[in-house]
Amino acid sequence: MAARRKILFHWSFLIVAALIPLIELVVPGNHHIGDLLRPIFIMAMLGLGLNILTGFTGLLNLGVAAFMAVGAYSYAILTCDIYPFRLGFWSATLITVLVGLTVGLFLGLPTIRLRGDYLAIVTLGFGEIVEDVLKNLDSITKGTQGINPLPSPSLFGYQFRPETYQPWYYLFLGFLALLVLVNRNLQRSRVGRAWISIREDELASSCMGINPMKMKLLAFALGAAQCSLAGALWASYLGSSGEPGNYDFQVSIIALCMVIVGGMGNIGGVLLGALVITGFNSIVLETLTNFLKAHQIINSSNVFTAPGNWKYMLYGLALVLMMRFRPEGLLPSKQLKAELHPQEPHPPPPS
Amino acid sequence: MSGSEIFLQQLIIGLSNGMIIALIALGYTMVYGIIELINFAHGDLFMLGCFAGLTLIGLLGLDQAVAGTSGTWIGLILLLLIVPIFCGGLNWLVDRLAYRHLRESTKLAPLVSAIGVSFIFMNIGLLWGGIPMKVFGFGRAAAAPKAFPELVSNANLLGQSAVEFTGKDVMVFVVTLPLMALLTWFVRRTRAGKAMRAVAQDRLAAQLMGIPVDRVIGQTFLIGGGLAGVASVVFAVYNNTIYFQMGYRAGIDAFTAAVLGGIGSLPGAVLGGLVIGLARAFCDQYLETRWTNVLVFAVLILVLVFRPSGLFGSRAKEKV
Repeated sequence: MAARRKILFHWSFLIVAALIPLIELVVPGNHHIGDLLRPIFIMAMLGLGLNILTGFTGLLNLGVAAFMAVGAYSYAILTCDIYPFRLGFWSATLITVLVGLTVGLFLGLPTIRLRGDYLAIVTLGFGEIVEDVLKNLDSITKGTQGINPLPSPSLFGYQFRPETYQPWYYLFLGFLALLVLVNRNLQRSRVGRAWISIREDELASSCMGINPMKMKLLAFALGAAQCSLAGALWASYLGSSGEPGNYDFQVSIIALCMVIVGGMGNIGGVLLGALVITGFNSIVLETLTNFLKAHQIINSSNVFTAPGNWKYMLYGLALVLMMRFRPEGLLPSKQLKAELHPQEPHPPPPS
Repeated sequence: MSGSEIFLQQLIIGLSNGMIIALIALGYTMVYGIIELINFAHGDLFMLGCFAGLTLIGLLGLDQAVAGTSGTWIGLILLLLIVPIFCGGLNWLVDRLAYRHLRESTKLAPLVSAIGVSFIFMNIGLLWGGIPMKVFGFGRAAAAPKAFPELVSNANLLGQSAVEFTGKDVMVFVVTLPLMALLTWFVRRTRAGKAMRAVAQDRLAAQLMGIPVDRVIGQTFLIGGGLAGVASVVFAVYNNTIYFQMGYRAGIDAFTAAVLGGIGSLPGAVLGGLVIGLARAFCDQYLETRWTNVLVFAVLILVLVFRPSGLFGSRAKEKV
């Protein structure tokens, strides 16, 4: 009964999300909640990719933005008119995911043996190198301009257009739902249980016959593939690869914030984290700024009163306070919570 | 400029910047040596030191002073005293408020916390640039780089030679070398230094011997932060430009230096700093400036992957 109720619960989320763009049709006025939700879907995909690495397997990755950049740029190169490939949406996305997978393997192979904090720094370095290489190889990547324009995709006979957001909304929602399903099944599979056991105790899990190197490598490859899928979708919507600066260290940290605030290792937690963190950035801060400007409470020349200028302070505080008071996140996974609060007695098993 | 003169010039620039990187790297390596924490906020602490220095200059009215007069000398000495106290105190405070509570948790928790502190510091740097003081351009463009006045003369000490060796280069060495000697003496010869080494070797055993572990760790943060404060004054006087995002870059350079020299080792950090400073200078000159950062990161990754104990250090690694 409980399992069925849970499935019903998840479906109701999806249905509510699917209904959001329809608000506009019913309630008159200039709403675009759906429009604002789109970047949240993309960031949630990035967060899910990072969650495989950091949440399930316990590998801190500070360079997921680089995987996203790899996705965005490969998609752009595969579809843009100035390159010989000129593929359609599906084949370009598929190849992009494979490229992401390969890049993940390529980064994982030499670095997977490193201990936690060194691995984190190596992934940070990888992220910076990718950003700089994209900037400097301007004969291929067009430097700081990014590769554009990309053709809008045409799916099932429907031509997407940048100015109507609803089709994009459903495309992203569909992909996000697919990823949630994939991650959910992965988590419960043999592989996912192996990842979690490595996070909990690598030595013990290797004694149980798990090959930690193989499993970590798999986590790297699958996490990178998901992040690059997020990049490809973002590029298809932007109609541009974006510039290298769009995939800098701060994006990686925002993704990390989402996973940590939401709840490491818990898919629902990551979605909540994406909603809270990205939503805070693109909805709350923006609305607040516009409101304050409209009512002339602030003027643009004063740096202190613009809410956007406090953004990184709030992200930083979120990380520090979460680590201090609630390291398991807002919506924790049961295992992680039990591990982080060992002194709490376990509830008696239900009879 | 002939080829050898260009080489000599880059050697001077590289060594001077390398000494500054080494000072920051010492803060990384000390903290890592004692609690195995990559103090990610260290670079941004250095940045805040630069802003504190510029504020102090504004308060003292030194922004119009002519380099080389007695006023600028006194000002420089005041900066070298007050900014390290500010940075050291701030570093100590952060440890007290954030990291101390995470000593018993997983290793990644303090690292994530330090990344958070780094973001907070960076944001403070942005807002600091908006203070309506003359030295900050009356706060009109908070995010823009700020000019740091010339406290030390830029005149060439080698007379008419094409190679420039200025009072600033002398200042870098006059400040950093004695400081490093003092630090070595402190860690090797004093009681507090001995306690520090004991805690680094085995925290539990040190505690059982009656060493106040938390206080010793606090002292390490204080000293590491103080070194970053000195580095920020020397850097700002040497390079004359500061901006709120410089901490990330400086932090990465210094961390690479510390790793290169074998993290946890003090002489290693200094050597690593010099290597990174020289590598940057020569890459700027003989390759291309835009590839310099890639070079540093490549060095960092290669050392971490193939020689995680560093090129010079050989400390015992990874107690299971």
